[in-house]
Amino acid sequence: MTVRISPIILLFMFFTLPRVPVGAQSLPEPTRLLAQDGIRVPIYEGFEQLHPLFTHETDTLRVINFWATWCAPCVEELPYFDELAREQREQPVQVILISLDFRKQLEKRLLPFLRERDLQATVVVLDDPDADSWIDAVDPSWSGAIPATLLLHGTRREFREQTFTREELHTLVESMMEEYP
Amino acid sequence: MKRNMLPVLALLLLAAFPHTLPANGYGVGDKATDFRLKNVDGSMVSLADYPGAKGFIVIFTCNHCPYSVAYEDRIIALDKKYRPKGFPVIAINPNDPKVQPEDSFEKMQERAKEKGFTFPYLLDEEQTIYPQYGATRTPHVFLLEKNGGDYLVRYIGAIDNNHSDPEDADEPYVARAVDALLAGNTPHPDMTKAIGCSIKRKK
Repeated sequence: MTVRISPIILLFMFFTLPRVPVGAQSLPEPTRLLAQDGIRVPIYEGFEQLHPLFTHETDTLRVINFWATWCAPCVEELPYFDELAREQREQPVQVILISLDFRKQLEKRLLPFLRERDLQATVVVLDDPDADSWIDAVDPSWSGAIPATLLLHGTRREFREQTFTREELHTLVESMMEEYP
Repeated sequence: MKRNMLPVLALLLLAAFPHTLPANGYGVGDKATDFRLKNVDGSMVSLADYPGAKGFIVIFTCNHCPYSVAYEDRIIALDKKYRPKGFPVIAINPNDPKVQPEDSFEKMQERAKEKGFTFPYLLDEEQTIYPQYGATRTPHVFLLEKNGGDYLVRYIGAIDNNHSDPEDADEPYVARAVDALLAGNTPHPDMTKAIGCSIKRKK
């Protein structure tokens, strides 16, 4: 006996699926979730939870940016990273913005900021104050200053401790795409 | 096979003219430069002004950076504890006030007064000192020990291992490093990293 499902029901089912932000599917299990008015931000209290993001080789270009709402040069370059997440490309790009906002300011500063910006990129919080234990795991050349950005594509890694212009970011992304035509 | 000679030639040139290498700042064991920078009280301050000091806790820090603010009380405590033992704190703001108006000389004066800074708070106005030291963020500590006429770098890095709560900081890196020097030992660790605000360069 065959069960026929009407296309209208299928359509209905599709729109009632829980909406998961692009790229969020592959995130590791967080310590807790910061949730308010439909905004959900995973919080990681130990760097080791996020470690797979930095080591796992993937054919998706992964762009990881360390930032905070109070960091002016970070906020300045944030739109360029969000554009990357919004652009339609042949090659998939996963943009993960790791907020280093202070624990006490997540509700007061981070959530209002995210509500206002409506970012397409995936935002997570890393709340692991023992930074000396994990900065080198991101990249040994990182001094710890933010903004800082790591791009991963297959076995290729590019780390930058700098503020990007739109052009600089695009040039770097394109150069990393070229290796996987 | 002339092409194979090129890397060799480049290495020879670099060995002959090491000063042409890009400056990456100091490593542990290097000699640090003295400076003459304007303090919030209007005076000019140099390391040479402290003939009785055994060394210095030089901290690149500023007004605007939340990490710097989080450490203000701990920097005051370090100065109160170690100045009498011969290791005073010297704070230097490396930021360009045009890029970061909160770090202007006047705002530095205000903040020093508000918080009751017990140490000099200097402005690296020409932005020539922080690149020599290799400071990249605020706060960024360089612990110096006097050795004859030299200032030797003994520790570079973070103040402790928890910016958000001093109670949870179980590795007081700087205090331990100064204690080690006072006991005639070598600090361990002598280099640590921390998250901080990038230094705001003149545009």
